[in-house]
Amino acid sequence: MKVRLRNPDREVEVTGPKTVAEVLAELGIVPEAVLVIRDSTLLTRDDRVEEGDEIEVRPVLSGGSA
Amino acid sequence: MKCRVCRGPAVVDVRRHNAGFCAEHFIDHVHRQVERAIDDFRMFSPEDRLLVAVSGGKDSLAVWDILLDLGYDATGFYLDLGIGGYSERSKQAAVGFAQRRAAKLIVRSLADEHGFSVPELARLTGRVPCSGCGLNKRYEFNRAALQEGFDVLVTGHNLDDEVATLFGNVLHWNVDMLGRQAPVLEERVIGGDVALVRKVKPLVRLAERETAAYALLRGIDYIVEECPMVAGNTQHRYKEAVTLLEEASPGTKHQMYFGFLQRAAQRFAGDAGEGRLVRCSSCGAATPAWDDGEAVCSFCRTKALAQRRREQGPPERKSRRRRR
Repeated sequence: MKVRLRNPDREVEVTGPKTVAEVLAELGIVPEAVLVIRDSTLLTRDDRVEEGDEIEVRPVLSGGSA
Repeated sequence: MKCRVCRGPAVVDVRRHNAGFCAEHFIDHVHRQVERAIDDFRMFSPEDRLLVAVSGGKDSLAVWDILLDLGYDATGFYLDLGIGGYSERSKQAAVGFAQRRAAKLIVRSLADEHGFSVPELARLTGRVPCSGCGLNKRYEFNRAALQEGFDVLVTGHNLDDEVATLFGNVLHWNVDMLGRQAPVLEERVIGGDVALVRKVKPLVRLAERETAAYALLRGIDYIVEECPMVAGNTQHRYKEAVTLLEEASPGTKHQMYFGFLQRAAQRFAGDAGEGRLVRCSSCGAATPAWDDGEAVCSFCRTKALAQRRREQGPPERKSRRRRR
C-alpha cells in the first residue's frame, strides 16, 4: 500500500494487509499524534488497510506560540 | 469499532473517553464539549460580540465553525504575518472558510500596520521567531478587538496547547505563568476603559486530534502545512512528550490540565505578578508598570529596536568561545 506522510510531504510503501495500528507501528508513528485517512474517510486504529490502498497519515500536533 | 451512540461504524476513536463515534455523533460530541467549556468557565453569553483569531489552521477555523453553529455572533480576524507563501496560503484558507460560511472576516497585515513582517522582526531583533510572533499576535488581536468594539477575544487553543504550556511552565517553575494559566483571562480596565479584552479558549476540553478530526469531517479546508519558522519549537517538543504519555495512558492530558485547574492553579494566583496596568507612553496600549516611571510596552520596545537596527544595519556578530 502507498502511505502519504506530511510535513514534509513524502510517500512510503508498506506491505498489506494490515490494521492501521500495525501500519503506524511499522512506521514508528504514535497513533495519538496523527489522523489516518483513506478516500477522504477517517480510519480508526483497528480498521484494516489492503495491499492496493492509498492512505494519508496526517500529523495533528501544531507548534507555535499563542 | 462501533459508535458509542448509534452502534454504527466508528470513524474516530477517543481513547480517553473509551469511545468511538460515527461522523454525525462525533460532531455532536465536539459541540457538547465546547458548550460545556463555555458554561463551566462562564466564557461569554449569546449577547456578546465575539472576535475569533483565525490563522487558517484547523483549531481556529474549527472553533469559529462551532461558535457559528451554536448561534453565537462570531467574527473572524486574520492577521497576515508576512511569512511568504505560508501566510498567503493560510490567508486563503481563512478567506475561503469565511466565504463558505458567509461569515464576516477582518483581515489586517502586520507589515501594513507596523512596517514589519515576523521574519524581518526576528532577523532584526534576534528574537526567537515564535516568541516575536506571539507578541505581535497578542498585541494586534487585542488592538483589533478594542478598535472594532468586540466584547470577547476567542482563540483556538486546545487541550494539547494548554497541557504543553503547563508542562513547560512546570519544567521551568515559571510560577508567574502558572498563576496566569486559565481558560479565561478576564478583561482589564484602566481609568474606566477596557484596556485588555476578555480572552477565552472554548476548545480546552478537546484534544488536538479531536479538533483535526472535526475539521476534516466538517470539510473545513484548513492549512495542513506547518509554519516554516516553527522548526525546533519548544512547545512542539512538549506536545510530543505529553502525547507519548497519553498514548501509554489515555486521559493523562485531561488529568494534568483539569487537575491543575481544580487543585493547583489557585496556589499560584499570588505569583501571577501582573502588577499595576498603565497605558504605554508610546502607543497607549495596556502594559504593566512595576514602578512609578513611564512605561513602554514590549511591542513598542521591540518595534523601536527593529527600526533602529534597520536604520543602522544589524550588529556585527561577535565570535563566541564555546563554554564547557
